[in-house]
Amino acid sequence: MKVPLSWLKDFVDITIPVEELAHRLTMAGLEVEEITYVGLPMPKSDQRQETKISGIEWEPEKIVVGAVLEVMPHPNADRLVLCRLDDGKEEQIVLTGAPNLYPYKGIGPLPKPIMVAYAKEGAQIYDGHQPGQVLVTLKRAKIRGIDSYSMACSEKELGISDEHSGIIFLDDDAKAGTPLVEYMGDAVLDIAITPNIARDANILGVAREVSALTGASLRQPSFDMVTEGIPIEGSVSIEIREPVLNPRFVLGLIEGIEIKPSPYKIQRRLRLAGMRPINNIVDATNYVMLEIGQPLHAFDYDSLVKRVGGRSPTIITRRAKQNEKLTTLDNVERTLDDFSVMVCDTKGVVSIAGVMGGAETEINEATKSILLEGAAWNYINIRRTLTAQKFSSEAGYRFSRGVHPAMAERGVRRCLEFMRQWAGGKIRKGLVDNYPLPAHDPVVEITTHDVERWLGIRLSSPEIAEILSRLEFSVEINGDTIKAATPDHRMDIGEGVVGMADLMEEIARIYGYERIPETRMSDTLPPQRNNPYHDLEESARDDLVKLGLQEVVTYRMTSPEREVRCFPAGTPLEPRIYLKLANPIISERVVMRQSVLSGVLEAVERNARLQPRLALFEIGPVFLPVEGQLLPDEPRQLVIVLSGPRALPGWQPADTAPMDFFDMKGIIGEFLMGLHLPAPRCETAEHPTYHPGKCARLWLDDQEIGVFGELHPLLKERLELPETPVIAAELNLEAILAAIPQGYVVEGTPAFPPVLEDLAVVVDESLPAERVEMLIRESGGKIVIDVRLFDVYRDDKLGTNKKSLAYSITYQAQDRTLTDDEVAKIRKRIIHKLEEDLGAKLRS
Amino acid sequence: MLSQLEQIEKKALADLESVKNEGSLAEWHVAHLGRNAPIMQVFDKLGQLAKDERPVIGRRANEIKRTLEAAEAERSGQLRQAALSQALQSERLDVTMPGRQVPHGRLHPSTRTLRRIIHIFAEMGFQVYRSHDVETDEYNFQLLNFPPFHPAREMQDSFYMAGDYPKNNPLLLRTHTSPGQIRSMREYASMDPKNPPPIRIVLPGMCYRYEQISARSEIQFNQVEGLAVGEHITFSDLKGTLTDFARRMFGAQVRSRFRAAHFPFTEPSAEMDIECFVCGGMGCPVCKRTGWLEILGCGMVHPVVLQNGGYDPRRFSGYAFGMGSERVAMLIHRIDDIRNFWMNDLRFLEQF
Repeated sequence: MKVPLSWLKDFVDITIPVEELAHRLTMAGLEVEEITYVGLPMPKSDQRQETKISGIEWEPEKIVVGAVLEVMPHPNADRLVLCRLDDGKEEQIVLTGAPNLYPYKGIGPLPKPIMVAYAKEGAQIYDGHQPGQVLVTLKRAKIRGIDSYSMACSEKELGISDEHSGIIFLDDDAKAGTPLVEYMGDAVLDIAITPNIARDANILGVAREVSALTGASLRQPSFDMVTEGIPIEGSVSIEIREPVLNPRFVLGLIEGIEIKPSPYKIQRRLRLAGMRPINNIVDATNYVMLEIGQPLHAFDYDSLVKRVGGRSPTIITRRAKQNEKLTTLDNVERTLDDFSVMVCDTKGVVSIAGVMGGAETEINEATKSILLEGAAWNYINIRRTLTAQKFSSEAGYRFSRGVHPAMAERGVRRCLEFMRQWAGGKIRKGLVDNYPLPAHDPVVEITTHDVERWLGIRLSSPEIAEILSRLEFSVEINGDTIKAATPDHRMDIGEGVVGMADLMEEIARIYGYERIPETRMSDTLPPQRNNPYHDLEESARDDLVKLGLQEVVTYRMTSPEREVRCFPAGTPLEPRIYLKLANPIISERVVMRQSVLSGVLEAVERNARLQPRLALFEIGPVFLPVEGQLLPDEPRQLVIVLSGPRALPGWQPADTAPMDFFDMKGIIGEFLMGLHLPAPRCETAEHPTYHPGKCARLWLDDQEIGVFGELHPLLKERLELPETPVIAAELNLEAILAAIPQGYVVEGTPAFPPVLEDLAVVVDESLPAERVEMLIRESGGKIVIDVRLFDVYRDDKLGTNKKSLAYSITYQAQDRTLTDDEVAKIRKRIIHKLEEDLGAKLRS
Repeated sequence: MLSQLEQIEKKALADLESVKNEGSLAEWHVAHLGRNAPIMQVFDKLGQLAKDERPVIGRRANEIKRTLEAAEAERSGQLRQAALSQALQSERLDVTMPGRQVPHGRLHPSTRTLRRIIHIFAEMGFQVYRSHDVETDEYNFQLLNFPPFHPAREMQDSFYMAGDYPKNNPLLLRTHTSPGQIRSMREYASMDPKNPPPIRIVLPGMCYRYEQISARSEIQFNQVEGLAVGEHITFSDLKGTLTDFARRMFGAQVRSRFRAAHFPFTEPSAEMDIECFVCGGMGCPVCKRTGWLEILGCGMVHPVVLQNGGYDPRRFSGYAFGMGSERVAMLIHRIDDIRNFWMNDLRFLEQF
């Protein structure tokens, strides 16, 4: 909300610098996002600025109030005029093209001078002809043969608004020669109003905060009005159908008004606050809304009377019928929902309650009588209507955050009086006030002990009472207890313990957060427990990094199309049942992912052209809807992808061969071993993502833990992947982590020497190597502690479809040195078993 | 005979002079101290000498043999020394050549930052508590004191799930890790509903907001939330804990301040700013010349939330805080575009 300082000062004296004021408000929860200077001196720009600062300052010597005494034609240009202007010291001739001076051209000395903002030679103002705000210095120049050295300014040139269609005509109280900054120099605070301080979305609300924070007293606005008309009785009646949605409805009537522009001061304040002046009547409603927070609606009274055939109208508030229609004053035909509240007369709808008026009863140039509505609405209901109508307005903004019903009457009174002052006319005596559901303002009890327990500060009852009364709570002290009655302008204070918390916030805010000490917790520690799942996941990440893998994190929202890219084009797939977003923000993120691989492959695609070697992993959840369960399962997957050379070529020989299936198998094996899991069982597998001959499924005992392999060549074609093979693994991290033993036992280092021997056997090509190793271990027994395949050899001399597998075997006993005989015996047993079971032949 | 001995010694020492390597030293040894060397033959012939000559010649021959052996040892030492210096001379590396490349892996910056944050709080006794990414409206909003249509919901635009869910309780992607507050409180309270134990937890996890992706905002981001509940937890404890955290995370000298703010699930609520650690509070582009950086939101747990979690707000109090870990990483490492985090460009990731 934009708060002009001059307006604020109507209600509270401000003696501290503007930046200090901004700081105090910000610390108290009214965050000042920007200060825009409109005339007042600005702080030096090289200093640290806690608040963003913009704007312009008006030099007191160079920009003053001027009085235009006569408007004369320019001898050489039709669209320019020459003004005889009194700058308070002497007369000047000022050249201008302002269209709002044309009517006065050539009529001789003006009966009443026009007061304007006059900028002298050398003054800094904004360039009126350039878009945005560009500072220029006024220089002497000849324009069409006439010397020009100064200027009568528009609002744009002075930084008040974008308005540049004419120069400013000041109000009559301006005196020629007064520095303009003295007359109307200002600064505008742009304050972010959070929902809990909706009561401060108006000038008075901010002034109240300033008063509470600085100790300066608050000047209450006047709600008196001069009523010269006949009593209002009989001219209108009100019928409220649903008090819960419309607790109060107040109407006032003013007759014989004249629609014209508002005083300049009012227009300027509206503009500074971000609203456009329209005419004195509309401006009065907006002005009061901005000032005290009560939105108001002005009906053309005569058109309401006309609608009901000249009788006195009855205003009815009720919920709309589903699909009821109203053309609002923005000329949009709106279809309403059955929860939206309407303001109607006996003939039909005249406005959407609290949101926008209807076109038919709108005021116009000819309007003479105003029926002024001030009402209270249920804020949740207004909010629903705004959402449904996709509409926002200053009134809607305030009503949807809650306006106290007490404000309705105050708003109507203050506004009618402004209308009378600005538009003439007579206010009818009295108001028509229907208040079926009076507001309940909670009374909350709070003790000094409560304050200490919540805030950690010891305040006396009078100190607490003083803070609350500065915010207009009525307080009663009874020993350590303070009884605080909520003032009738706010609706955020709850009952009981909630009300206590609400007061606690007010006490802390006004006392000052920065004055509350910093302490270390002295409370009892909670029961201590581990989070093994989290710990293991993190240690898994560490292990993967140690294996040379780079962690990536990808989006958890994706699209089915993206996930299908994990399969070769045309693969018949069972459709996945996804968790779907109801309101996706981009078309490629519409469901929750079920494949981590597709995201990691996208990362591979992104990096493939830039990096020859890629070794990536991601750990993260997939989202699986479960029948009969509200929330989906979110099991974590581990995906690893490898591609590119094993090592990058350097100046020394390096293994630059592309990584393959066995690099991945090595990494997975090492990863599982690091988690103290046994080596997984590897089984040839078929999976559409992978090369049919280079794909394996992994098992830990009877639990499948994943699949890995080289990507299918057809899949590689579908994606923008590197030339080298891409190896991927999709592992079920939940199953892996669940299988990790609680603890593990280590053996001491053996005291006796091991015996190392090599053994090479020739077997059928089709025989899985794993079986040979398993058989060596089985038949060797406990003494064989390690078996390592170190050579695979193929040669026609071995026979067709044969291969030679060479193993290095380590024999080791814990309790003795093995003898040659002993080892020879075991070796013989192993060979015998290999020959017998696998048809292997010892290779000599 | 004696003069013959002198000759033998003289010749052997002279020959030794010309020995230039280990090989010729071995040859010299054979020639002058080997079985058939002249001096050895003297010993062989000792028996044939006159009785009185024998001790004189014998002693002298022994002396010569020892002299030759000593000379050989010295020469051998010299030769080895020379060979070593030569080797050291010739085996010089160009130490400026690059080292062998070791394939390395790194953690994602989000993981690293989450861990640092969690670690600091862990040392203060906060334990990790995790909950789901997909939540119900009830847990994400209602139980946290955001009623339906509450204006504060506007601050957290959500991704809702399409499907046949109850109208008043649709599924959504959590907009903060705060639903974990209710889940953890209920879990703790269920241990002993009459006397619920105190709580000190951190809740890390991915959160989602319905926002246009830009340099400053992402649709998914990690948050770390903290929750302490007990019978003596105060706003001053909250200030103390978070100030300690800021000093460890951003530098021992860093000053922090607490501004009043609004979150429906805490009251009083605050935003914590730290003095810009880039410029020391003097004003710079990182802090947009304000001298302060916004780090986290926090406050005393709202009584309604305590109640919903199973803790009587008249007896218990608590505080909660939450921060975006990518934002923290961005400040620390001066990253100016949050989109870097999920883009996974290795040129970015490899710098951590």
